Amino acid sequence: MTVKKTHIVLATKDLSIGYRQRKKQQIIASDINLHIEAGKFVALLGKNGIGKSTLLRTISGVQEALGGSTSLKAKEISKFSNVELAKALSVVLTERLPESQLTVYQLITLGRQPYTNWIDTLSGTDIEKIDWAIEMTEIAHLKNRPFYELSDGQLQRVLIARALAQDTDLIILDEPTAHLDIHHTIKIFTLLQKLVETTDKTIIISTHEVNLAMQFANNFILLDEEKCHHGTLDELISENSFDTLFRSNLIKFNRSLKQFVIQKDN
Amino acid sequence: MRTTKSYTKQFILLIIALLGIAFLNINFGSVSIPSKDILSILSGGPPVKDSWEIIILNFRVPKAITAILVGSGLSISGLLMQTLFRNPLAGPFVLGISSGASLGVAILILGAGFFGGVFGGLAMSNWSLAIAAIAGSGLVLLAVMLAANKVRNTMSILIIGLMFGSLSAAFISVLSYFSEASKIQQYIFWGFGSLGNLSWEEIGVFACIFSVGIVGILFVIKPLNSLLLGENYAKSLGINIKKSRNIILIVTSLLTGVITAFAGPIAFIGLAVPHMTKLVFKSSNHKILIPAVAIVGAIILLICDMIAQLPTSEFTLPINAITSLFGAPIVIWLLIRKKKIFV
Repeated sequence: MTVKKTHIVLATKDLSIGYRQRKKQQIIASDINLHIEAGKFVALLGKNGIGKSTLLRTISGVQEALGGSTSLKAKEISKFSNVELAKALSVVLTERLPESQLTVYQLITLGRQPYTNWIDTLSGTDIEKIDWAIEMTEIAHLKNRPFYELSDGQLQRVLIARALAQDTDLIILDEPTAHLDIHHTIKIFTLLQKLVETTDKTIIISTHEVNLAMQFANNFILLDEEKCHHGTLDELISENSFDTLFRSNLIKFNRSLKQFVIQKDN
Repeated sequence: MRTTKSYTKQFILLIIALLGIAFLNINFGSVSIPSKDILSILSGGPPVKDSWEIIILNFRVPKAITAILVGSGLSISGLLMQTLFRNPLAGPFVLGISSGASLGVAILILGAGFFGGVFGGLAMSNWSLAIAAIAGSGLVLLAVMLAANKVRNTMSILIIGLMFGSLSAAFISVLSYFSEASKIQQYIFWGFGSLGNLSWEEIGVFACIFSVGIVGILFVIKPLNSLLLGENYAKSLGINIKKSRNIILIVTSLLTGVITAFAGPIAFIGLAVPHMTKLVFKSSNHKILIPAVAIVGAIILLICDMIAQLPTSEFTLPINAITSLFGAPIVIWLLIRKKKIFV
C-alpha cells in the first residue's frame, strides 16, 4: 500500500498491546500495522474482550505499548510532551464521570485546558472554539444544565463537544454508543460522519454496532484472535476478513448485504 | 455569549461577613470590653485599661487569626482531598491524615519517656511540634496514596484511610500506656483542640508554613479542574497526574499537619465546609471554590469559637467538640434536604 506520508495521521509499526505485570507480559495482540489517513471515519470492530479498548488506550498514549511504536503525523507518540499530545489527540472514554456540579458549558470549557494559562483563563479563541463545538453538536439548549441531569445520549454529545473544543486532528472514542438506544446511536453516528466530512478531522471509534458502523464509517480496523486487519469495507470483504471477526454459529457475514445476519438453523 | 458566571457579589458579601464575624469574635470573652474600646485598641489608640489592651492584642486577636487560618486551611485541605479522591466523603479526618498528625505529636510528647533521651533533647519548641505533626500527616497520606495506587476503587481507599487512622490511634494508645500521667494529660489537652494560647511568634511560624501551602495550591488549580473529569481525562488534557497529585498531597499534609500541631485535631470542618460552600456557589471551578471555601471555613470556625466561649463565659469548651456537635447535624440535614452531594 503506497499512501503519501503527509496524509497519514496515525501510524503504528509492529505494535503489540497488552498488560505488563511486574516482569510478566500479557500480550493481547501484536504485529498491528495501521496507516490511518486524515479525514476518515474509522470504526474498530471486534468481539468482547479482544482488546479494542486496550488498542485505543495504547494509541492514545494512556497505556504503554509492549512493543513496536505509534506515531502521530510521523512523530513518535513517546516524543510528545503531555500538552503537545493533548493538542494533537482528544478522547471520549467509556468511564463514568465522577459526580460534580460542572455545567455542560464548564465541562466543554475543560477541553481548552491545553491552551489556557496557568489559572485557566479563556481567551477569545478559546470561547470561539467552545461555541463552535457547541454549535456542531447541537447542544446549545443544554449549555447551562448540570451534566448529571443529562440523558446518556445528551451526555455523549456533550463529551464529543468537549473533544471538539480540544481542537485536535484526531479524536478517539471508545464505544460512544454503549447504553444508547437505536435512535440516539444513529444520531451519534450521523454526527461523527458529519464532523469528518466538514472538518477534515479523523475520528476513530470502537463499537459493537457492527452493522450500523458499516453504513457510516469509511475505514475499518478488525481485531480478531489472529490478526489485525485494516482497510475499506470492500477491501476487507474481498480479503474475507469479516468471516473470522466473530467465530460464531449464531451470526454470519452476508457478502451481498454487506451485513452480519442471524444464522437460522437449517 | 459568556456563561461563566461571575461571583464578585458573593465574594464581597463573604468578605464583609468574615470581617464582621471576626470583629464579633474579638468581642467575646470572659472579660467584657465595650466594642468602642476594642475598635480604638485595634486602631492603635490609647486603651482605657492596660489590661484590656493585653487581652485584645495578646489573646483575642491571635485567637481570631488562628481560627481564620485553621478554618480556611482545613476547608481547603478537605476540598483538595474530595477532588483528588473523587469522593465527597474524603477529608483530612476521614483519610486518617489528622490521626497521622496526632501520631507525630504523640510521639513527640509521649515518646520522650518511651524512647528515652532522643526526643527529650528536642524539647517542645514550636518548630518541633509542627515538624512532628507534618511528618506524621505526610507519612499517613503517603501510605494512603501508595495503597490508592494499588486499588482503584475509591471506597477501598476511604476504608484504607480509616484503617491507617485506627493504626495511628492504636499506636498512640500503646505510647500512652507507657507514659507518665503528666505527659498523657498534656497530650489529651492538646487533643481537645484549642485556638487560643498561641503567641505572636507561634502564629508567625503557623502563617509561614501556611503560606507555603497556599503558594503550592496556585500550581494545581488547573489540574484540580480537569481531575473533575477523572484521571484519564485529565491526562488526555495534558495534565501531569503524578506531579499534580504529589503537589496536592504535599499541600494537604502541610496544611493539616501545621494546623493539627498548633490547634489540635479539629474534626468536621474539612469534610463539611466544602459541601456547604458548593451549595452556595453552585460551581465546581476551583478558581472560585478554593477562595470561597477558605472564607466560609474561616467564618464557620470563628462562629464555632464564639459558641465555645458562650456557655459560662468563665470556661472555654474544647473547640473540637463544638465543631462536631454543631457540624455533624448540619451536614446530615444538608444531605437529607439536597439528596445529592458532589465532589
